Amino acid sequence: MTRNIVILGGGTGGTLTANRLRRHFDHDDVAITVIDQDDHHVYQPGLLFVPFGLAAPDEIIRPLQRQLHRHIEFIQADIDMVDVERDTVVLPGGREVHYDVLIVATGATLALDETEGLTGQGWMSNVFTFYDLAGAAGLHDALTEFQGGRIVVNVVDMPIKCPVAPLEFCFLADWYFTQRGIRDQVHITYATPLDAAFTKPIAAAALGDLLTEKGIELVTEFNTGSIVSTTDGPGALVGYDGREVPFDLAVVVPLHSGAAYVGRSPGLGDDLNFVPTNQATLQTMAHPNIFAIGDATNVPASKAGSVTHFEGEVLTENVIRFLEGRELDATYDGHANCFIETGFGKALLIDFNYATEPMEGHFPAAVGLPLLKESRLNHLGKLMFQSFYWHGLLPGRDIPLIGADMPTRGKHRPTTKTNHTTQQGATR
Amino acid sequence: MVDVNEEGFFEHPEQWTREIASQIAADDGIDELTPQHWQVIDFMRKEYFAKGTGPTVRVLGKTSGVTVKDLYLLFPKGPAKMAARIAGIPKPKGCI
Repeated sequence: MTRNIVILGGGTGGTLTANRLRRHFDHDDVAITVIDQDDHHVYQPGLLFVPFGLAAPDEIIRPLQRQLHRHIEFIQADIDMVDVERDTVVLPGGREVHYDVLIVATGATLALDETEGLTGQGWMSNVFTFYDLAGAAGLHDALTEFQGGRIVVNVVDMPIKCPVAPLEFCFLADWYFTQRGIRDQVHITYATPLDAAFTKPIAAAALGDLLTEKGIELVTEFNTGSIVSTTDGPGALVGYDGREVPFDLAVVVPLHSGAAYVGRSPGLGDDLNFVPTNQATLQTMAHPNIFAIGDATNVPASKAGSVTHFEGEVLTENVIRFLEGRELDATYDGHANCFIETGFGKALLIDFNYATEPMEGHFPAAVGLPLLKESRLNHLGKLMFQSFYWHGLLPGRDIPLIGADMPTRGKHRPTTKTNHTTQQGATR
Repeated sequence: MVDVNEEGFFEHPEQWTREIASQIAADDGIDELTPQHWQVIDFMRKEYFAKGTGPTVRVLGKTSGVTVKDLYLLFPKGPAKMAARIAGIPKPKGCI
């Protein structure tokens, strides 16, 4: 009897998993169906480049179905809910799709409504996000017209997709206005809810130094309560603690949530609609035959394409094992790998996992790309990656020499322990 | 004797008592813990023991029954961290 694998979402995780599974299973044994609300696939790392005119919107978007192997069924539809007890996905109008294995790959969505005033008077005229294509394109026009003043880049709260992207935006803005000869007319501020430039201490120190070097102001532990804006005048971010950050142009990374149908599916998601998932096997807590990948999960890894890519190998293996009645492989280690564009044709590279924070050295071995150091090679790596994304990653091919497990050869372990230093026995 | 790290977060949440909580709050500038403070503190401990990490401000605002605005009035130095310290649980992981 043919068994059904249903994959919700045709983004990075859904597409690469569908293609990997399709190559493994015989068509007569297993049918694979992908359900997505629309038929386009955005290369999300490209969104960062659109505001600066370094990429055009049509260069980073392709038809979704064409990224799928031809023996994968594609259903373009919204998802009403998942009935985890009946192994059924319910589509609007009552259509039901039954599954033997379900893979949740619907990523994270922007929760614009959750921040008071974000979509107020200045929305899309002096308040933008570059986390979607329309916003990135609108921001390109706004930057082109910008002649000077205060720009604030603000992360409302974690978790967000690609936690380094807002920093990259700051670095590229510094480069962009330098090129235009008006850098001295532009004040750039980075306002973050974190207590430093980034979450991991060694990288946070390196990135914090870069901000200082580039004359970008860092405002920490800033929790945006509301945004006050007008169509053409200045506005301000207002923190819950009463602090204000004034701006002429605000670039906001909104709150993220899981997909809305997750909230409508009893037992599937958490309070933010992310799906509680085993961080090593990628099986969900909701039901043994439901797995999840990428931004849709609650695993304590970055919401980044590289995480999704590395998870894909473990996920594919586990779906195969599950259908064969074998024990799951618990080996996903939280591996993430990100190029951080720093402007002027250079980039940093960081590589880390659940247990090991980003450190200096080289990747993937002693001879390789420099880690946590600005270099032209890393910038070229970032640019070249887009081609690999469409032709290697989505079809489900492995990167030569780079596997799902984080490599440790070539890394310089710090001599003193900098993370989680504790002071035992202190008294109150 | 209780074990805390350099930021004042408990290493062993089971060493916590309600008396210690009042003491930490006083050191942090909260003279008296009101019933609303306790509602948040009890909620944080419950979440920690159920999930292994304390909730973020946003989750607190959605699920504790106290709005984010009120959370900041109750714990002016930042609800998630300040309340976690008073509730005797490790710093919420929240952010990666």
